[in-house]
Amino acid sequence: MYDFAYQKPGSLADAVKLLKGDPEAKALAGGMTFIPVLKQRLNKPSAVIDLAKLGLSGITASGNTITIGAMTNHVTIATNADIKAKIPGLSEMASWIGDTQVRHRGTMGGSLANNDPSACYPAAVLACDATIKTDRRSIKADDFFQGMFTTALEPDELITSIEFPVPEKSAYEKFRNPASRYAIVGVFVAKGPAGVRVAITGAGQGGVFRHKEMESALASNFSADAIANIKTPADGLNGDIHASAEYRAHLIGVMAKRAVAKAAGR
Amino acid sequence: MGFEGIGASVKRKEDPRFLSGRGHYTDDINRPGQLYAFVKRSDRPHARITSIDTAAAKSAPGVVAVFTGADMQADNVGGLPCGWQIHSKDGSPMAEPAHPVLAVDKVRYVGDPVAVVIAENRQQAKDAAEALAIDYQDLPAIATVLDAVKPGAATVHDDVPGNQCYDWHIGSKEPVDAAFAGAAKTVKLELVNNRLIPNAMEPRAAIGDFDPSTGDYTLYTTSQNPHVIRLLMGAFVLHIPENQLRVVAPDVGGGFGSKIFHYNEEAIVTWAAGKVKRPVKWTAERNESFMSDAHGRDHVSTAEMALDAQGNFLALRVKTLCNMGAYLSTFAPSVPTYLYATLLAGVYKTPAIYAEVKAVFTNTVPVDAYRGAGRPEATFLLERLVDVIAHDIGIDRVELRRRNFIPVDAFPYQTPVALQYDSGNYFATLDAAQKAADVAGFEARRTAAKAKGKLRGLGYSTYVEACGIAPSAVVGSLGARAGLYEVANIRVHPTGSVTVFTGTHSHGQGHETTLAQLVVEQLGVPLSQVEVVHGDTAKIPFGMGTYGSRSLAVGGSAMVKAMDKIVNKGKKIAAHLMEASVEDIEFKDGKFTVAGTDRSKALAEISLAAYVPHNYPIEELEPGLEETAFYDPKNFTFPGGCHVCEVEIDADTGVAQVVNFTAVDDIGRVINPMIVEGQVQGGVAQGIGQALYERAVYDANGQLVSGSLMDYTMPRADNVPNIHVGTETTLCTHNPLGAKGVGEVGAIGSPPAVINAVVDALRDYGVRHIDMPASPQKIWSIIQAGRPRAAAE
Ligand SMILES: Cc1cc2nc3c(=O)[nH]c(=O)nc-3n(C[C@H](O)[C@H](O)[C@H](O)COP(=O)(O)OP(=O)(O)OC[C@H]3O[C@@H](n4cnc5c(N)ncnc54)[C@H](O)[C@@H]3O)c2cc1C
Repeated sequence: MYDFAYQKPGSLADAVKLLKGDPEAKALAGGMTFIPVLKQRLNKPSAVIDLAKLGLSGITASGNTITIGAMTNHVTIATNADIKAKIPGLSEMASWIGDTQVRHRGTMGGSLANNDPSACYPAAVLACDATIKTDRRSIKADDFFQGMFTTALEPDELITSIEFPVPEKSAYEKFRNPASRYAIVGVFVAKGPAGVRVAITGAGQGGVFRHKEMESALASNFSADAIANIKTPADGLNGDIHASAEYRAHLIGVMAKRAVAKAAGR
Repeated sequence: MGFEGIGASVKRKEDPRFLSGRGHYTDDINRPGQLYAFVKRSDRPHARITSIDTAAAKSAPGVVAVFTGADMQADNVGGLPCGWQIHSKDGSPMAEPAHPVLAVDKVRYVGDPVAVVIAENRQQAKDAAEALAIDYQDLPAIATVLDAVKPGAATVHDDVPGNQCYDWHIGSKEPVDAAFAGAAKTVKLELVNNRLIPNAMEPRAAIGDFDPSTGDYTLYTTSQNPHVIRLLMGAFVLHIPENQLRVVAPDVGGGFGSKIFHYNEEAIVTWAAGKVKRPVKWTAERNESFMSDAHGRDHVSTAEMALDAQGNFLALRVKTLCNMGAYLSTFAPSVPTYLYATLLAGVYKTPAIYAEVKAVFTNTVPVDAYRGAGRPEATFLLERLVDVIAHDIGIDRVELRRRNFIPVDAFPYQTPVALQYDSGNYFATLDAAQKAADVAGFEARRTAAKAKGKLRGLGYSTYVEACGIAPSAVVGSLGARAGLYEVANIRVHPTGSVTVFTGTHSHGQGHETTLAQLVVEQLGVPLSQVEVVHGDTAKIPFGMGTYGSRSLAVGGSAMVKAMDKIVNKGKKIAAHLMEASVEDIEFKDGKFTVAGTDRSKALAEISLAAYVPHNYPIEELEPGLEETAFYDPKNFTFPGGCHVCEVEIDADTGVAQVVNFTAVDDIGRVINPMIVEGQVQGGVAQGIGQALYERAVYDANGQLVSGSLMDYTMPRADNVPNIHVGTETTLCTHNPLGAKGVGEVGAIGSPPAVINAVVDALRDYGVRHIDMPASPQKIWSIIQAGRPRAAAE
């Protein structure tokens, strides 16, 4: 990696100030994405602003909302009793990310800010109609994800927490990239206050997206049968050495049916 | 102390060191004043270097030196030598293009070393490397063997027309053609053996050290054979005599063949240390390993069998096109010839065989031996072909195998492709594997799987391989430029403890335990008092290292010979001390006894007398108790066996999972059953990796697409079931241990068992063959295409 200054501010305000004052500075959460990028010299920040001391981790459940601090790591999300009981799809999703080390370091805020097209959390956030809270505003999931590695965040804006309306039912199914174990196709299905929402990650050229045709079919009949005959077109899907666009289109159907069957049974 | 000799599953002596982080690997070594090298590599598959401007890099902070190929050339540094010469059908020697340590004029693969920056620390070396201004003129690149042989294809080396390294053959063409002309049936199969990237846990590393006061060089390196590296680098590349070059290969974290070869970086750091007069260290990053460690396999073949009406094999015809990569790695030419085509008889009595092998250059990383080296390719070809024959002519695949097995009473068995198998019993390993795998219960398991929406298949592989490499004169006549004997020095210390100095090298196999058990067995010394020293040319005699499953069969045999000498000398000392005649002295369980009496002397008493020779036959006998023996094997050894694999396929996604795996191997004498089990399991895991997951992918322009673990799939714990390992033994007839070798059998026998199981699982979908890796998408496509047919049946 290249040399950089390292800062560990003690308050959110200080962190934002540091980022505002230096357009070349970058925030560091768990570092599970960022540190490999630095090691490969693909990024040359002047300063790294570590978010560890901002008090942004923790999970609170109140009424019909679960709020997850941006710096909460995957293992905490996977094992939290409220999340297990109320959003089991999110719990299983977190438990399948990376390996033990990655789950102890990586955070939800880091994953969402990064918006890797094959990352898992974007699917949960979009399907659950969650709200991303930042140091300055609230952003609805539908507005937050804006294409591969692109979000609505300003360069100096920090995610502070993510607010999940508790859905009645939820489930996640993931077809793993055999090498990286990220999602080749990940489908999160939620039946919640905003109706049935189906979010697909891993497959789209533009990152996570909602499968509207499945959503409307499931709105009237929340069962795997309801979507059994829906064919997802391959246009706009990714193809790589592991999976062609056509294969991904097929997997969306398989994973969605499995997720719906699992959610319906919960 | 329980039983610790031959046959005891004693725990590995080296494991406390490895498991507690106290292993001492090359990168753990730091020399005073050490500098760091960063190797600047080509990001072009094929280009002319039009200029290299090193000025900015040289003046960057911390930089001590920057060298290019021109600097090495000016200093008379030689190219990397190739250790095996193949002659083509027409008698002409193979094309052996120059292999400069740092590229000169042209780069020929992504990863080809172009320059080296040496600085006070790694970061500075890397920073400065970015300041190197290298201008390239891109040239058309060749990525695959099929492209390399196309008429008018671009050439990787100007002096190698048609990219052909050699066009070689073995066996007899006429009898094969005649058998095909008269055959009741012929079956043909085209198949690919996928290119693999080894990925040892420890990346390669090297430290060059130079002592200006003596002119002596030391190279610390991640090698499987330090003496071979010293010989090749000293004699051919850097022109340093043995007495001034020491090569140390300390703990090495896995090799799988990829650390046999003499690599560019070893010569770079050694030479550079002499230039800058300070130690120079280089450690690969994982992405460098992907583009600089020799790759494995990469064959495209056609196989044809001629059969009589009863399904007896009459003749086999094979044509193989194989990839050498951009340059010849140390042993590359031998792998697809003498380690591959000589194995094409397999376990079958096919009377006539003819194989043609064409090796070509491409703009890819050099390809060389990788666990199994040639034998997995031969086994995959044969065992797939046999299943396809069974399918095409409608004979049960097990019955077809039994019908064609070399009979038990036919050993020693001369194959039509040079090898003579000394012993084996393929019926016994097949029977035992069928039993252990509960083949009888398979149909019930298949039905149960179907109820869960899973397609379950069972596959066999019955194989033999040739290892215990190798009789020197034989391999010499086949083109090897080295001897392949082994050596051991046994030093019995004054108090009776023992140090073994072996020319073999352990990089995970557990030799410090297995070889020590030979001493326990033969000299009766407790395991705790036996030390095995390897990996340092300053300590060990000139041995050839570890590969080709040779360490026990060849290196262990050298130890047996050396210990025979120890016992013989001990008897003379004992006879003197006990005033008996030498003929009356017996040695057993660590004691020299006068036959028929209770008078005896322990080994420790004898060794003490040898080093404190006060009462000693000093006129006839030298003091000391230390012996060296060289052992040149009489033949290869021939482990073999039967692997049975069961897979389940998710019909919706195409994902295949190995759910049961049984390996019953004949590896000759077993020294440590626990280590044997581990070796087989590790090899099978690699075989499962090749069959289902691993694939080195170059795009059409020669860029390595699967250049990291994000895209290159290594098998992981959840891809590998509990592997049942069994042994059925026939002894090797020509070495004193009866040992055959176990290091590679798992990786050789297993891939076709997995693919045969996948094809079996898909039998309703009209598939005859599937190339490796059987990826989910490939299987899904087969299921998609075969659905109508499956539904109709
Ligand atoms: C081996 C491995 C396997 C993995 N497998 C998966 C998987 O299967 N599925 C999956 O979804 N992910 C996977 N990941 C990624 C993992 O989930 C990462 O943790 C995640 O992508 C990034 O989180 P982080 O906390 O490490 O963020 P960092 O790497 O620290 O940061 C990532 C980016 O987000 C920015 N950032 C971080 N926090 C904030 C914030 N609060 N506000 C604004 N910007 C911020 C940083 O500046 C940086 O640009 C894997 C990672 C590894 C190493």
